[in-house]
Amino acid sequence: MSSLLEIEDLNVWFDLPDGGELHAVQGVNVSVDGGGRLGLVGESGCGKTTTALALMGLLPSNASAAGRVLLDGTDLLAGGEETMRPHRWVDVAIVFQGAMNALNPVQTVGAQIVEALEEHGQARGRTARAQTGELLEAVGIPASRASRYPHELSGGMRQRAAIAMALSCKPQVLIADEPTTALDVMVQAQILELLDALCRDFGLALLLVTHDLPVVAQLCDRAAVMYAGEIVESGPVDSLYHEPRHPYTRLLFAATPDLHGGDIPVSIPGSPPRLDRVLQGCPFHQRCDRAFARCTDERPLLKPPAT
Amino acid sequence: MSTTANGHRLLEVEDLVVHYPVARGIVGTMTRQPEKLVRAVEGISFSLDRGELLALVGESGCGKTTTAQTVLRLIDPVGGRIAFDGRDITTLSNKTLRPLRRRMQIIYQDPYESLDPRLKVHTTIEEPLVIHRAGGSKTQRAELIRDALERVELTPPDLFLDRYPHELSGGQRQRVAIAASIVLGPELLVADEPVSMLDVSVRAGVLTLLDRLREGGLGILMITHDLSTAARFADRIAVMYLGRIVEEGPASAVVSDPQHPYTKALLSVVPSRDPRERSQPQILTGEAPDAVNVPSGCRFHPRCPLAVDDCRTIDPELERVGEARGHRAACILVRR
Amino acid sequence: MTVALHEPGAVSEPDPVRTRRGFVWQTIRSRPSAAVGAIILAIIVLMAVLAPWIAPYDQHQQVGPVFGHPSWSHPLGLDDGGIDMVTLLMWGARISLVVGLAATFVSMVIGGTIGVVSGYFGGKTDTALMRFTDYFLVIPDVPLMIVIAAIWGPSLFHIVIVVGILLWASTARVIRAQVKSVRERVYVKRSRALGAGHTRLILKHVLPQVAPLLIANTVLTIAVAVFDETALAFLGLGDPSRVSLGKMIENAFERAAISTGAWWAIVSPGVVVMLLILSCSLLGTALEDSLNPRLKVAHLSARTFRLRPLVGRGPDAV
Repeated sequence: MSSLLEIEDLNVWFDLPDGGELHAVQGVNVSVDGGGRLGLVGESGCGKTTTALALMGLLPSNASAAGRVLLDGTDLLAGGEETMRPHRWVDVAIVFQGAMNALNPVQTVGAQIVEALEEHGQARGRTARAQTGELLEAVGIPASRASRYPHELSGGMRQRAAIAMALSCKPQVLIADEPTTALDVMVQAQILELLDALCRDFGLALLLVTHDLPVVAQLCDRAAVMYAGEIVESGPVDSLYHEPRHPYTRLLFAATPDLHGGDIPVSIPGSPPRLDRVLQGCPFHQRCDRAFARCTDERPLLKPPAT
Repeated sequence: MSTTANGHRLLEVEDLVVHYPVARGIVGTMTRQPEKLVRAVEGISFSLDRGELLALVGESGCGKTTTAQTVLRLIDPVGGRIAFDGRDITTLSNKTLRPLRRRMQIIYQDPYESLDPRLKVHTTIEEPLVIHRAGGSKTQRAELIRDALERVELTPPDLFLDRYPHELSGGQRQRVAIAASIVLGPELLVADEPVSMLDVSVRAGVLTLLDRLREGGLGILMITHDLSTAARFADRIAVMYLGRIVEEGPASAVVSDPQHPYTKALLSVVPSRDPRERSQPQILTGEAPDAVNVPSGCRFHPRCPLAVDDCRTIDPELERVGEARGHRAACILVRR
Repeated sequence: MTVALHEPGAVSEPDPVRTRRGFVWQTIRSRPSAAVGAIILAIIVLMAVLAPWIAPYDQHQQVGPVFGHPSWSHPLGLDDGGIDMVTLLMWGARISLVVGLAATFVSMVIGGTIGVVSGYFGGKTDTALMRFTDYFLVIPDVPLMIVIAAIWGPSLFHIVIVVGILLWASTARVIRAQVKSVRERVYVKRSRALGAGHTRLILKHVLPQVAPLLIANTVLTIAVAVFDETALAFLGLGDPSRVSLGKMIENAFERAAISTGAWWAIVSPGVVVMLLILSCSLLGTALEDSLNPRLKVAHLSARTFRLRPLVGRGPDAV
């Protein structure tokens, strides 16, 4: 069974003002099945948001990309904007980081969704408004709230509205970039429950991009851990927690506090490496607690662990 | 329980009330609409001892940040009493408060904004000494600054003295802010979400640092929305909802044996890092009402899954609950 | 704890502006408009300052006929008194600059102080001061200039005061806005919590942040001050004993330069005034622009990123 979304050897570079290059995403391979939930986990600067944006073809002009993004077999990235445009929002949609604060303040929430529907030729006029009502209800906002402006809604409501907008064209894949980061824990639970329900009811494939490990542990069945632009470990979330193979995965879980026990969390010393220069050896070796001689020279490749 | 040199508790807060007026605007003023108040804090009491870390937890709008700022008299309360080392500081003037400020400090959430970008690290840490004319001669001050850097684990100190904030990482900046707070040797430290803007792998280090400072006798009032952090690092937890403390007690007791329905719900929705622990979350509907329109009776009753008729009229007090000492909750349905 | 001083990855924040001198110099180096403005301004200022030494002729000596034509020995001709225009321009620029700078100084001191006090203390002080400022903001400048100059009589000192009074209000507003925002910054609040007094906070934390804006605003105000003085002089309200560039235009106008066809008598001082104002505007605007923090990452937009062919993993691929 082939996956719905497959990313092959994705690379993204950013031009730096002084003439150099930042290699933000270094050969990422992930896949998401229809109806599956994949968590892309990592800390700031690891390249997860850049990866998500690359999937949508929404990179800035100082970026260059290479690799394949296969949606149901079609390479979206191959022809650049030409191949990406027809699929953007219609097949793959994204809820941006901070989307709840990026809603147009001078348009009602309903009008913004109607606009999205009309822009992509999904519906017009009365049909569009009816569909908007349905969408809002699907994300847990009473349809009557369509006439409200963003500032009249609470944070949780705005995030739901942003999700509704992303789903307006009935995509197959939803990318959510830090969907609950700015929200209180109770509202976070509501949004996660919503995402869970949406995936179940509409068969959405979810790519959840976040730094929050517990959120991934609760919502996703598979996860990929990113560090310094590449994936260092991926697999079922259960294995990642109970049998981590990469020291960074293990240390990252160890640094995350848990309500009910476990040891006192411990930091990982040092900082991630600079990505504007070619790295020698394993990117993590300077901070690793298991590094040995080979780690300084060899760049490890992602492969299934030896059993 | 360790008291101050004078034999008092480090910090005692009684029935603290803080209100903000809501701006009415021209139309409101002219049509003489009644002034609305944001009832940020409506009568809370707690105490803090030396060497203790009390975590004040709750969701946004519950009043925890307001409480933290009021305790240091950065905001003025409308009612209640704040006693620092036995001395009533509720209404002291700024001038009288000034020498006391040496003994109580605050660190803020945003490490990227906490430091003046124009000042080098050593100047930032020296500032408290300059303000309070403390620390002795230049050489003695330099020693104190080095010492402060070492205590926050920025070693070797010489490497950091001449750096500008933009040359440091988030975690390092936060440590510099902590160094500046402890250089005068305070007894009380208020930490407002000290790690929420730092990367996960860096948080534990800063929290462990605070823990170590606590062992050295510092009393820490930590504001956080992250229950997991509170569970692992705090001695005691006080849960706030809409301006009131609804439950408080030893951290282990509050987390493993919560009594108040809000605490129970809150704890149930905190995701665990273990995928096998998918507990049944008790997700409350809606969001907390704003602090302008506070519900009658028990503030939590509109969202409480256990609410009965009496909850609409009775505003419960904190009463002893559960097994552990000092564990209290404000709910008429949970009685000892 | 490993010491790694640099943050990785994401395009970094630009170095914050650190010193006053640095700020101006940085702007000039990085923006061509600022460089152009600075160069022109420098030339004019140099010309004005060195006038007593480098002026080709004496400014009071008639060296030819009234409105003499431009010639090799007098590239810009002669004015209505037969005096060499180039000489007059140098001396005239001097006066215009002096008045412009003095008036700007007055307005900066008043506007800056009111702006800082108003923004920092807020509340009733702020409301009172801003109402006061508003009155001055809405006064129409030319009528006021005419009235005051007519009542007090024309003199350089009066001109400086009048222009200064007109210009401080907008500076006050701009400075106040910036002070208000700086006051809310976390490190200022931290210092307050440490026990710092108002003086310390204003001098050590607020003012240094506001200084670059003040400088940018000053340069822009000079442009306006020069314009105002020129206008006043042209209307005949300037000091008759001091010949500024505006006075030169007025003189030429009065003595029928236009009908005589002596364009050089009007155009030359006009061009110099224009260059002076233009250079200040360019420099000031560039300074203001460089104060806006800008991320070096371009905004997200479709259609603009580039594709690269897929290549192998590199020499160390296994």
